Amino acid sequence: MNGVMDFISLWALPFIILLILTTGLFKRVPLYETFTDGAKDGFKVAVNIIPYLVAIIVAISMFRASGIIESIENLFAPVLSHFNIPADTIPLMIVRSLSGSAALGVFSDIANNLGPDDYATKLSAVMVGSSETTFYVLAVYFGAIGISKLRYALLVGLLADFIGIVCAIAVCNWMF
Amino acid sequence: MNYIFYFLIVISIIAGAVNGKLPEVVNSILTGAELSVKVAFSLIGIMAFWLGMMKIAEKCGLVEVIARIIKPVTKRLFNEIPQDSPAAGDVAMSFSANALGLTNAATPIGIKAMEEMQKYNVDKTSASNAMCMFLAMNTAGFQLIPAAVIAVLIGIGYKNPTEIIAPTLLVTSIAFISAILLAKIFQKLWMPQKLAKTRAKEEKVEVKL
Repeated sequence: MNGVMDFISLWALPFIILLILTTGLFKRVPLYETFTDGAKDGFKVAVNIIPYLVAIIVAISMFRASGIIESIENLFAPVLSHFNIPADTIPLMIVRSLSGSAALGVFSDIANNLGPDDYATKLSAVMVGSSETTFYVLAVYFGAIGISKLRYALLVGLLADFIGIVCAIAVCNWMF
Repeated sequence: MNYIFYFLIVISIIAGAVNGKLPEVVNSILTGAELSVKVAFSLIGIMAFWLGMMKIAEKCGLVEVIARIIKPVTKRLFNEIPQDSPAAGDVAMSFSANALGLTNAATPIGIKAMEEMQKYNVDKTSASNAMCMFLAMNTAGFQLIPAAVIAVLIGIGYKNPTEIIAPTLLVTSIAFISAILLAKIFQKLWMPQKLAKTRAKEEKVEVKL
């Protein structure tokens, strides 16, 4: 099982690149010109997303620095302990949708402090592994094409995140 | 988004004042702004690489082949975009890259997919149903192997880190399916783009009168 997965993660990228280049060569596409032509847009796209990223990342940095996540943790800890949910995982549930690197950081802290045998380590591993940073994805993807009216996209993303958290708790309770 | 932006910042300032962390909050404005530029600039190179690769894939017809293979799926989920267009192929490629955990490739290809979908968008400033569906699938974070998490677990001496894969896959699949269903439901409930656009125009006319 391990071997197969290592093989896939090692070969996925090289395989895609080989496939694209080889098909291009057979179809007589001018590889070099086409590549540089497409690559030209890289800078433009990256610069386009800066305003959207600044808005989202600054707001989230302020939110995290304000200590409000700890306040929420203290508020909800007694309620959640009824459902066998360790208080250590509460910050993770909030941060998960806001920032990917922060979520991984919080998870590393939990894992390092509580050790491999603790239930909180397993629960937070599943929570982090099954999530994608909703705010970041929306800022980057909509920012790149200049869309500022998100309609229901954020609502759906956050609801799905919430369902993910509930499922992670249920599945971990059942399996570990 | 307006309210969320306002809410995040105002709550942070109030909570920072209450918790005596106001200096940290103010400092985080600078670090956050710096971080955003760093993130954007770190994307330039890899973005250029994958946009170049995708251009070749498009020109040699590979994107079209992929679009045709997944047609039964896109027909249901993305009924706004023509099924043989590069948009459908890009959506499929971006999603596969995500599932394989190739984040570096997934973001540029995903942005390419968004640009293609923008061509079929009736209102260029607001998100189309196809885009909302695509991002719902994206934010649910469907991934076969949570590589970063496993790396951390190995780091702390977890005996059998791969045991985390099955529950993670189960959770991410449920979240993924619910995201698709939610996007479908909201598609029906939300005010359609065209209607919203004409209403906005009518309001402007009224203001002029």
